[in-house]
Amino acid sequence: MYVAVKGGEAAISNAHRLLADRRRGDRDVPDLRIDQIAEQLSVGVDRVMAEGSLYDKELAALAIKQARGDLIEAIFLVRAYRTTLPRFGYTQPIDTEDMLVERRVSATYKDLPGGQLLGPTFDYTHRLLDPELAHDKQVDKPVTREGEHEKVVRVSSILAQEGLIEADGEMPEGRVPGDITRDPMEFPMERDTRLQALARGDEGFLLALAYSTQRGYGMNHPFVGEVRIGEVELEFEVPEIDFAIPLGTVQVTECQMVNKFKGSAKVPPQFTRGYGLVFGQSERKAMAMALCDRALRAGELGEDRTAPAQDEEFVISHADNVQATGFVEHLKLPHYVDFQAELELVRKMRAEQAKAASDAFDLAAE
Amino acid sequence: MTASNNLTHEGAPTMAGATYNFAYLDEQTKRMIRRAILKAIAIPGYQVPFASREMPMPYGWGTGGVQVTASIIGPDDVLKVIDQGADDTTNAVSIRAFFQKVANVAVTTRTHEATIIQTRHRIPETPLKSGQVLVYQVPIPEPLRFLEPRETETRTMHALEEYGLMHVKLYEDIARHGYIAKTYAYPVKVEDRYVMDPSPIPKFDNPKMHMSEALQLFGAGREKRIYAIPPHTKVVSLDFEDHPFEVQKFSEPCAICGSRGIYLDEVILDDRGGHMFVCSDTDFCEEQRNEH
Amino acid sequence: MNIDDDAPLLTVNGVGKRYGNRIGCADVSFDLWPGEVLAIVGESGSGKTTLLNCLSTRLEPDAGSICYRTRGGEMRDVYQMREAERRFLMRTDWGFVHQNPADGLRMTVSAGANVGERLMAVGERHYGDIRGKAIDWLGRVEIASDRVDDQPRAFSGGMRQRLQIARNLVTHPRLVFMDEPTGGLDVSVQARLLDLLRSLVAELGLSAIVVTHDLAVARLISHRMMVMKDGRVIEHGLTDRVLDDPHAPYTQLLVSSILQV
Repeated sequence: MYVAVKGGEAAISNAHRLLADRRRGDRDVPDLRIDQIAEQLSVGVDRVMAEGSLYDKELAALAIKQARGDLIEAIFLVRAYRTTLPRFGYTQPIDTEDMLVERRVSATYKDLPGGQLLGPTFDYTHRLLDPELAHDKQVDKPVTREGEHEKVVRVSSILAQEGLIEADGEMPEGRVPGDITRDPMEFPMERDTRLQALARGDEGFLLALAYSTQRGYGMNHPFVGEVRIGEVELEFEVPEIDFAIPLGTVQVTECQMVNKFKGSAKVPPQFTRGYGLVFGQSERKAMAMALCDRALRAGELGEDRTAPAQDEEFVISHADNVQATGFVEHLKLPHYVDFQAELELVRKMRAEQAKAASDAFDLAAE
Repeated sequence: MTASNNLTHEGAPTMAGATYNFAYLDEQTKRMIRRAILKAIAIPGYQVPFASREMPMPYGWGTGGVQVTASIIGPDDVLKVIDQGADDTTNAVSIRAFFQKVANVAVTTRTHEATIIQTRHRIPETPLKSGQVLVYQVPIPEPLRFLEPRETETRTMHALEEYGLMHVKLYEDIARHGYIAKTYAYPVKVEDRYVMDPSPIPKFDNPKMHMSEALQLFGAGREKRIYAIPPHTKVVSLDFEDHPFEVQKFSEPCAICGSRGIYLDEVILDDRGGHMFVCSDTDFCEEQRNEH
Repeated sequence: MNIDDDAPLLTVNGVGKRYGNRIGCADVSFDLWPGEVLAIVGESGSGKTTLLNCLSTRLEPDAGSICYRTRGGEMRDVYQMREAERRFLMRTDWGFVHQNPADGLRMTVSAGANVGERLMAVGERHYGDIRGKAIDWLGRVEIASDRVDDQPRAFSGGMRQRLQIARNLVTHPRLVFMDEPTGGLDVSVQARLLDLLRSLVAELGLSAIVVTHDLAVARLISHRMMVMKDGRVIEHGLTDRVLDDPHAPYTQLLVSSILQV
């Protein structure tokens, strides 16, 4: 009886066996293949890569399979694997102007150099369930444009030509970009490390905060300067040889938000910016990140910090879904030592109160 | 205390390179954590920030303790893991199994046989000896957090030794209840300098930290902090002169081994309020029974 | 007491603070002597609160120096002190009474703990003594001892202000800054509070710097006064002299407008 109240190794191993069974489901249904997930659930795979901070579609797909489709659990699996990998160094900054663009839209200009490219978007689809997808529906080949790869100028560069927007952020003298996976975070943060934290932050959390800025909690009057999705080349500089070696390409989504302008008697007004960049195809995340980045710059831009989205410690400390889910779910763990201590205290307090009440009664009865 | 025999993680991804180092963490990370531990030992009770890694168990489930253990464990160590004082609670079983798998070390449930004891919420009843390391899992390392939510402010308070607010809290307890109504995670002052959270151990265990012969290390993974109490260090529970610190006392002995003066768990026997009290420390209970 | 009465407690020299192009306060110099109460008067926007914040180390000035005579008798520039020293000074030797009591109190802890906090901050560890001193101080500011365990949330505006004063005076400070201490209170409550403040200041031999827009407050409580306009001190002298025989045209206007009402 005593042993029964404590958990045991057998219980754990049985629970894991049951989990494996439930993950596999009905054995008459074919086992899901990793390439099927990577190819047909690619947006979910992208989210796992982005918030898992590891660009590997195959591992992300495996994680989704193992996590039974629970994306936060999959992100967790990827992070726990990523953290064990040796670090060889850092690539050169990617050049998003040189992106092989698959989608690029701007809300600030009707047309612009490089054009508006809709690409593979859910925008403008009617959200009607398609019964034909229940079977293997025949899908037409996409139409593609022929032509040479050309640089597509960024909207921020167009505005910058007239000085209408603040320039690309400059790193303070002597500062090397931080690395939140290697160094402990400290508040207040520099923008480079803060952007890293936002890039791996939970999509839902950042989305809600971004939304709150639109509803008046830290309004920053945003326009989508542009959102672009495509492949960028990664280059790695090896100290022994004098040039950067191309490592391959990764797909990223970049959002440049153009925000309310700022100026004074001396400085002519200029639009300000918020920036978002994530692995894979995730416009929602990139846009939310850009809105949050701009909101968090309130102090730097001399604005009042009154809204949750403008509070760096609040936003950054709670944006990581692996941390958040762990701590919320840890409440399932046994706490009976502490509870026992509280139980004794409540009993003692109740006994004292009862005694006080009966003493008062005795006194009244005398 | 390191070894670099690469172990293949059972059930790991089949892609090339998906193997794990001895004790899971890579050697660079271990060195980083060891530096943090050394700093923590040099400044007893001070919270040292460290670049906590993701671990294969969730935040809040002992990632800080596991990282500390993984950084100090060697092939010859003997590991004991307890949760709520017991070796057979699920989380303890899971963490012990983790180290058996990734470090292939010897494990034990015997307090006196262990070189490293990782714990959640308790200190063993058997006094610890020189050479042993007690690794605590810590959920919230900042003792001032519930009085002041901002990290920037609490760090300043520690730096300037501004601990008046902590006593305001204790004062309020006495004013309201007649005594300090804090039963676990009871704050202590280390070497007359830093106020420290001992992790959610019952205050019953607080005196065991004082002048302990063992090294005590505290790891908070999610909050990215490591702190330490070196052997033979002064650890005083906060109190007032006229309301001195007291530990819980149980009126009954353990129903299994008959011991007194130890921390007990209440076990519910039926749905009519029947219950009994048994040792929280299962190893201690077993030893007492064997002796008699 | 070991105070050297022949030397100033505070020496202020050429203090100024700008907000961009606008002047907060400029070129303010004066000495404050032990046991002296100085009123700083002026309309809103005249720079008196900026000056008070500079003097009390809450806002770093961009010109001038502020030196304070410590209990050891040493003259120290308050902005050259280490932060630990400055904070220690602020919770022992100095007091700051805010216009809004909620800014100077902990609204969610009891009156007793509010008064006791400064004692605990400097190391008092006897609950009974701390509580005894808190009750004594509540009595001195005319708050009944049975309110010691109540939170200030349950207090009236006047009581909160008196509690804030007790919280500041419990460590027997030598210098207290007050920012419109009677602002926001009913006229009858104001009179009672002023009376109390005046007797406490005299009894404890406190030095005080009181910012007020109300000349009647200045007359009742201060020995000397400074009149500020557009960030500058335009008149400075004994309170009775300034109010009865104002030299500067602006002060004359200020005094006549008050007296006519």
